[in-house]
Amino acid sequence: MDETYDVIVLGTGLTECILSGILSVSGRKVLHMDRNKYYGGESASITPLDDLFKMFGQDPVALPDGRPRDWNVDLIPKFLMASGQLVKILIKTGVTKYLEFKSVEGSYVFKGSKIFKVPSNEKEALATSLMGIFEKRRFKNLLTGINEFDEKAPKNPNMTPELTMEQVFKNFGLDENTRDFCGHAMGLYLNDDYLKKSCIEPVSRIKLYCESMARYGNSPYLYPLYGLGELPQGFARLSAIYGGTYMLDKPVDEIIMEDGKFAGVKSQGQIARAKMVLGDPSYFLDRVKKIGQVVRAICIMNHTIPNTNDAKSCQIIFPQNQLGRKSDIYVSMVSYAHNVASKTYYIAMISTTVETANPENEILPALKIIGPVLHKFVKVHDCFVPKDTAADKLAQCFVSTSYDATSHFETTCLDITNLHKNITGEDINYANIVDPDESASQGADQ
Amino acid sequence: MSMREVKVCLLGEAGVGKSSIAHRFVMDSFNEKQESTIGAAFMSKTVKYNTQTVKFQMWDTAGQEKYKGLAPMYYRGASAAIVVYDITSFNTYNVVKDWVRDVRDTCDTEDFILIIVGNKVDVEEKRNVPRETAEKYCVSMGAHLFECSALSGKNVFEIFEKIAENLPSENPMLHHKRDTINIRPPIKEKKKECCKTQ
Ligand SMILES: Nc1nc2c(ncn2[C@@H]2O[C@H](COP(=O)(O)OP(=O)(O)OP(=O)(O)O)[C@@H](O)[C@H]2O)c(=O)[nH]1
Ligand SMILES: [Mg+2]
Repeated sequence: MDETYDVIVLGTGLTECILSGILSVSGRKVLHMDRNKYYGGESASITPLDDLFKMFGQDPVALPDGRPRDWNVDLIPKFLMASGQLVKILIKTGVTKYLEFKSVEGSYVFKGSKIFKVPSNEKEALATSLMGIFEKRRFKNLLTGINEFDEKAPKNPNMTPELTMEQVFKNFGLDENTRDFCGHAMGLYLNDDYLKKSCIEPVSRIKLYCESMARYGNSPYLYPLYGLGELPQGFARLSAIYGGTYMLDKPVDEIIMEDGKFAGVKSQGQIARAKMVLGDPSYFLDRVKKIGQVVRAICIMNHTIPNTNDAKSCQIIFPQNQLGRKSDIYVSMVSYAHNVASKTYYIAMISTTVETANPENEILPALKIIGPVLHKFVKVHDCFVPKDTAADKLAQCFVSTSYDATSHFETTCLDITNLHKNITGEDINYANIVDPDESASQGADQ
Repeated sequence: MSMREVKVCLLGEAGVGKSSIAHRFVMDSFNEKQESTIGAAFMSKTVKYNTQTVKFQMWDTAGQEKYKGLAPMYYRGASAAIVVYDITSFNTYNVVKDWVRDVRDTCDTEDFILIIVGNKVDVEEKRNVPRETAEKYCVSMGAHLFECSALSGKNVFEIFEKIAENLPSENPMLHHKRDTINIRPPIKEKKKECCKTQ
């Protein structure tokens, strides 16, 4: 540890591990530490189950059938968009080969008092009771327009970059319900702020949704076996293969600054020096500001969610308008089918942006839909962003953003892209990443 | 003929010869100046055993074990673990027990194959770990013991033969894999000439 590195990375969350991997590949000497004895930080999957109980201050309860080791419980609810940025990073870095994915079985949306399947193909779209027959035509026109949309050469006067999404919806004659559906169930916006902005982003998000949906069928989402915690582990291995040094269970006692610049990290009496440091907000509480809170409830159940056709994994979106809220509520459910629970158990996570002084009350509509819960673990998480990225750059202290309430990793990937640019002054160049394992195994086969 | 992929984890103290054993098995050669593992941490070799073709996928730790950083992912889906010690160093034998505990914690299936390997028998005169000591321990753990030399090649192939021999008739991981999807774009099949170096 008493050594000099190019970069010290604090915390083994997904953002930190991806950057650690990419920085190691580009030849930098990386020391990666975590105060916890497990990988993943906020994006960890906790195992064994007893540790989850302890983490939430509860006495461990042994569940009938199976062993505590069968469990890998995520702390944040997210899926991968099948055509999204994270999948691209996984493929380009070769980290996919450490992981196995399943397609999430269904995507649902709450309307009135019931949940409806989000149509996954044209046939389902024609049959859905989500909208009336004439509305379906208009909806189809919108999707065609989105599919053909080219920001630089807009052909359709009803959908040009100068227009807001609200105007586009109006131009296509879509009613309130369909707008809600497009913006929230497909664009995956958490609130209605997007309506007043240029249609470019919403259109590209709906497009991403459609492309992801078309990839593997039932939903636009993928989920890794053994839980989301496998993702940071995969990138940590990439980093290690390229010489990155890993230390878990390593408390950070002090971040040493000299003349206003980062100099080193002190841990258990030893000092590691480096030119710069990168870490999650929990290591830099003086450099971040709180921008809100997210409430997350992990619910252990012994049944599937009613009216989801017995799906072993699914997502349900509760659009804010349906509940008289400002932001959507999400339910993500995974199960033993993903090696994250003992046989016959299911884990549903309810999450939303906190709007009142009583966050547990806010998630009640979702709790009602998912059915009886055996054990519930609720926590309100603060969301942090860097206070002053210009100052961080001068100090060579780079801080990531907390995982937000969105159901996927697209914003996380954006944070990674920006951090990399800030740290190195360059965009990430995936072409430089040669997969050493691939070349090793190639020559070896007989 | 049926083809099965078998993941094998290599474990053990730094410098005991994990990479050298993998190298000997895959390339049938020994590299005197084997660097502490950086770069390649994954090798594979396909062999025929009876009526089966077995593709061994060998995972090296990439040094992550040095400071408690070996991720559970390392063990996922493994059929066997090879825990290596150096017969000339009693200390490397002592830590075998910690690795075995780790493996047992993570891979506690009936069919898991645990192999303990004392390497470097070519320097018999410097031996520090009596074979009987290791043997007793292996029997108590239900593990197989091999003493080998990556340098001379003695007994290295036998380790993998033992794994092939002990594979369960059906792969227990298979039922989980049934509906997993491959997100990698299809690899362009470049028909490579065998690039075995002497
Ligand atoms: N005499 C002798 N030396 C060996 C043998 N196998 C490996 N060595 C030497 O032991 C040293 C370490 O071998 P490696 O294969 O790098 O060991 P490792 O366990 O992979 O080490 P790390 O990657 O650092 O954990 C090298 O100098 C090898 O040349 C052997 O069978 N006999
Ligand atoms: Mg090695």
